[in-house]
Formats: sequence, C-alpha cells, structure tokens
Amino acid sequence: MNRARELLRDFLATAAATLREIFDEAAYARFLSRAGMVSSSESYAEFRREFEQAKMRRPKCC
Amino acid sequence: MNKTLAFLGWAMLAVVGAGAVAAIAVRRGEPINALWLVVAATCCYALGYRFYSKFVAAKILALDGLRATPAERLENGRDFLVTNKWVVFGHHFAAIAGPGPLVGPVLAAQFGYLPGTMWVLAGAVFAGCVQDFVILLFSVRRDGKSLTEMAKSEIGRVGGFVAYVAVIAILIILLGVAALIVVNALKASPWGTFTIAMTMPIALLMGVYLRRIRPGKVLEVSALGFVLVLAAIWGGQHVSQNEALARLFTFSAPTLAILIMIYGFAASALPVWLLLAPRDYLSTFVKLGTIALLGIGIVALHPTLHMPALTRFVDGTGPVFAGKIFPFAFITIACGAISGFHALISSGTTPKMIARETETRMVGYGAMMCESAVAIMAIIAACVMQPGVYFAINSPAGIVGQAPATAAATISGWGFPVTAADMQALAHAVGEQTLYNRTGGAPAFAVGMAHIFSHSLGGETLMALWYHFAIMFEALFILTILDAGTRVARFMIQDALGHVYKPLGRTSWYPSILGTSALIVASWGYFLWQGVKDPLGGINSLWPLFGISNQLLATVALCVATTIIIKMHRARYAAVTLGPLAWLVAVTFTASWHKMFDPNPRVGFLAQARVLAAGPTPLSSATVRVIFNNRLDAAVTGVLVVMVTLVLVESARQWIGILSGAREARVKEAPFVRTRLVEERG
Repeated sequence: MNRARELLRDFLATAAATLREIFDEAAYARFLSRAGMVSSSESYAEFRREFEQAKMRRPKCC
Repeated sequence: MNKTLAFLGWAMLAVVGAGAVAAIAVRRGEPINALWLVVAATCCYALGYRFYSKFVAAKILALDGLRATPAERLENGRDFLVTNKWVVFGHHFAAIAGPGPLVGPVLAAQFGYLPGTMWVLAGAVFAGCVQDFVILLFSVRRDGKSLTEMAKSEIGRVGGFVAYVAVIAILIILLGVAALIVVNALKASPWGTFTIAMTMPIALLMGVYLRRIRPGKVLEVSALGFVLVLAAIWGGQHVSQNEALARLFTFSAPTLAILIMIYGFAASALPVWLLLAPRDYLSTFVKLGTIALLGIGIVALHPTLHMPALTRFVDGTGPVFAGKIFPFAFITIACGAISGFHALISSGTTPKMIARETETRMVGYGAMMCESAVAIMAIIAACVMQPGVYFAINSPAGIVGQAPATAAATISGWGFPVTAADMQALAHAVGEQTLYNRTGGAPAFAVGMAHIFSHSLGGETLMALWYHFAIMFEALFILTILDAGTRVARFMIQDALGHVYKPLGRTSWYPSILGTSALIVASWGYFLWQGVKDPLGGINSLWPLFGISNQLLATVALCVATTIIIKMHRARYAAVTLGPLAWLVAVTFTASWHKMFDPNPRVGFLAQARVLAAGPTPLSSATVRVIFNNRLDAAVTGVLVVMVTLVLVESARQWIGILSGAREARVKEAPFVRTRLVEERG
C-alpha cells in the first residue's frame, strides 16, 4: 500500500515537473535563483527578455 | 524462468499484433472496428521499441551511460540543463506534436484506411522514430549542434547550405498550408470565427495577467485561459444563432486570408509576451488535453470504421487530391510516419537537456511513437464517418459541383451514398450552415472527433459543441504554428541578412523586424492567396509541395545520419538509415516528377498551366495568375529536387571515399568525458 502511494506520488510529481518545464515555470524559477531575485513584474519582464531569443527560435513541428 | 516468461509474453504480443495487422489488411467488404487499429498499433510500437530501437541503440549507436552529455558538461541553467527523462520526453513531445499528424492522415483517408495505417505504422517504426533517435544522439555527442551545423561538418558546405534553404522553404510552404487549413475551417462559420477571434483578447489578458498580476504563474493562467476559451465556444453558439452577430462574424475566404496575414505580421512584430507567448501556452494546454481525451474517447467508444480498406481512388482520380497511391499517400502523410522537421527539434533544445545518452532512446524513439499514435487516431476519426459524408466535406466544388443536390449525386455515383438531406442534417447538428466543400482536412477531422466525443461524452445534444471545440482546437494550434513559425523564419532571415549588412541581423532593430516580418508574411501569404483563389482547391497542390519539402529535410537528416554511421565504422548496419533514405528518395523524386510533368492537369502543374493557357482568349487576369502560380510551383518543385540530388551526391562521395579508403573515417564528436552523475545517483 505504501509502495503504491509512493509510486503515485512520484508519478504526480513527475507530471507536475513536466508541466512546469513545458510551460517555462521551472525556467523562471531557475532564473530567479540564478539572478538572486524574487518574483515580481520586473523580474518576470527581465526573464522574458532573456528567454525570448532562445525560446522563440525553437522550431515547432507541423 | 523470467526469461522464458518474457519470451512467451513478447511472442504472444507478436502473434496478436500480426493477427491485428492481418485483419486490417485482408478484411474486405465489411466494416471493421477501430480497436483493430488500436491493437495493431500498440503491438507494433511495443515490438518496435523493445527490439528494433534496442538493436539500433546497442549495435549501431553503442549508447554509453558513462559518457557525460552536454547538459552535464555545459550546464548553464538556461539552455544546457540536466533534466529528468520524463520531463524531457514531455518537452520533446509537446514540440514535435503539431497539426500535421492530424490533417495528413485525414486527407489520405480518400484511399481507404489501409494505406494510411500501414504507412504510419511501418514508417514510424522503421524510419521516423529511427531518424529522431539517431539525430538526437548524434547531436548529444556534438554538444547539442543543430542539424544544419552537423550537415556542414559531416557532409560538407553544400549539405549545410541545402539544409538551411530547405528549412526556410519548408517553413514558408508549411505556413501557407497551415493558414489555408484555418481559412477553410473558418469560412462561412460565424461560430468558429467568433471563438478563434476571442482567443486574441483572451491571450492579451493572459499576457497582462502574467506580466502584471501573477508574474510567472503560467499553469495557473493557462487554466484560466482554457476556461475562458470554453466560454467562448459556448458563446459562439449564440453568435451563430443571432442574425446580426452571425453576419458580423461570417467572412469569405479572401477576407479571412487577409486577416490571417495581418495576424501573422502582428505576432511576428509585436512584443512576444503580449500575444505570442500566452497563445503558445494556451494552445499547448489545449493540445495535450485534447489528444489525451481523444485517445480515451476512441478506446471507450471503439467505433466502427465505415470507410472501406481501399477505395476506387487508389487509381489517382481522388477528389480530395489527385494522384496515385504511390507516391502521394506517402507524401500526404509525413508527420505521423517520418518528418524532417523533427530532426530540427531533435537537434535543437532536447539534446541540451538529456542527462544520459541511454535516455535518447526513450525520448527520441518513444516520443515519435506517440506522435505516430496521434496519426492513427486521426485515421480513425476520418474513417468513422460514412464515406459519402467524408467526400462531401473534403471534395472541392470544382470536382463535385456547387449545388448540394449535384454534389450528393456525384458522390453517390462514385458508390458512396449520401443525400443532400443527410448533409443538411449533419450541418444543422454541428451548428454550421453547410459542410460541403470544406476542404483542407480540418473540418472533416472535427466532424469525426465530435462524433467520437459526443458518443462517449455527453450524447448527440453536445455534437455541435464538440465540433466547434475540435475546430477551435485545430485552428488554435495551427495559428500557433503560424505565429511562432513566422517569428522563427524572421530570425533565420535576419541571421542571413546580418552577414550582408550588420544592422539587419539585429533582432531588436525595428526597421529590420518590420522588413523581415513583411518578407516572411508575403512569402507564405503568396501560397495562401494562391490556395484561396485556385478553383481546384489550393490544398490539392500545396499539401504535396509541403510533403516534398518536409521529406527533403528528412533526406538531409538521413544523409547526415548515414554518413556518421559509416564514419563510426558501422557501415554494415547503415541500411538502418539507408533503407528509409532510399524509400524517401523514391517517393520524393516520383512525386516531384508527377507534380511537374504529369499530363493530367489535376496532378501536373505544367499540364494545368497548358490547359488553362489553351482556353478561350483573351485570358482573364485570374486565369493568367493561376497559370503563373502553376509554373512557379513547378519551378519550386524542381529546385527542391536539385537540392536533394546535391545532398545525395555530396553524401555518396563521402561514403564511397571512406569505404574505399580514400578518405579518413573521422567523426567530429566532442571528446569523451566521464559522467559524474553515475556516482552521484548511485
């Protein structure tokens, strides 16, 4: 029973991490920790500026 | 004991899979259940992953779990980052899954369900998945280099140049085709147009919310956006039922084409946080949710496929697009079987996130398998419809006639009974004025999807709501391809122009932004306009062009892969990439020949130009334009063929040189560095 609960917890954690990665929330968290900033409209604007070039150059498939 | 059990399990799976494939292949004359396709696909993917990908991984690539990947060696917290393999898998799948695997199989269903299903299964297992897997691994071993850079360093300058030109060509044609699909889905559809129009203010609201109210809370705001989009779908019903509002949101195809071009330009030139990024998040949310829901719906409903295994149109006289089953079925279905575009993603962000080489198999091979499964769902969605209904929706007016009674009589005459009353009832059920001549694949897919959803979730009363949900779903993420693609192409053009005049390469210099955005929008806008104005239904000629250019890129990717395999002294296994390469060359060359020189004016560009030019004089300006378009399409196809030939010749020179001992077989990999993750992870 414990094992099943552990597996479910792992699965949900991975799913949440995947969503956070796909939606760039994890990238924003890394940016905040790297830049030593707290979340605010200024820091988010700075993050978008930094990530815009890389993110928008990513091709997307047909 | 365990080995014996595993052997018996896999043997049983192989028998079940072979049985399902045989049932699909030999059954004639009576409808089959969609579950046969689901079982066949599941078994093929499981066996392909367990045995074929393992063989490629062990015998050819020799994946090394002790070798540090660029994510570890070059970690910078931005592009290069050691990431959990399931997270990378999700990231990679979200990038490769676009509208291609939905639309291509729907169009190719005019041949019956059999050709598309077989090509999607065999193409993915032996070609598409292999391409994505090997390119991903080769990029990982070269510090995450792009396909263009690998082509340049492993094949030569010509390979690099052709890869660059091919990427631009594909992007432009893809964007034109994608825009045309949206136009065909939304024309004379006030409900759909209203819903899509509403996604713009919703995206703007999300942009402001993300920037000002809850910075960085993307999942939260995407969920909010999703709820608002559902409200817009619901509201669209009332718009379509109100005469004044319906008139306001009913546009002709040319007007929609102009509006989409304006949108593409705005998305490319406006700040990304305001419109493009929120729409991207919203569409990803809708995309992943809907694909999962469709899979569940198909298994829950397990509908009957009414389309025959093979239709009479394998002879090339099909109304959806003209051309024989070979090569056109294999050109029309690209993304679900093999897509050169995936090689760009496998050599883009994904290789920079992989923690260990051994994970490339699951990410590269596995994610493409999932994409292929989406194509199987699209085949099912197209084939659950009565064939008469399928052909009434997908056939252009130039083939079946404008009047409902004429179209129904023509299609019934082909042996696929349908009546004008049936079509009227269906249009009424989905809240449309008409479903005739809604070419492009998107409306047909929406009807199939609505059928599956309404029968498994909510009943017939929700048919209209599900139909418009499907239209919104397709248009939303096709538009996302359109805006992101325009922007990517703009960056690429700016990179190239920067070599000519430095300021043009600056992505923050507004004259350059506006000029290059206009250039890109004008390029794909030309193909869009051509499609809107072409009396034979532009998708007929544009989709094969897209397929040819996409598979040209796959040819470049497979040439790079084969060259590297030979340089790795694994020439005896080169057939793994050489086989798909030979098949693609045969398909691409044959299709190109037909598109240029086939005497049938519905197939050959030059033949159509000749027929039109021989018409009564003086020729109208519209006819002169169509003649010019056809000649230009023939020229574009010819240029693509020349490029394929150049890459092949250049690659073959490398292979022959190495195998004859005249050239040194030296791969250009990053040096081996032992990983520290093994000790850390235990």
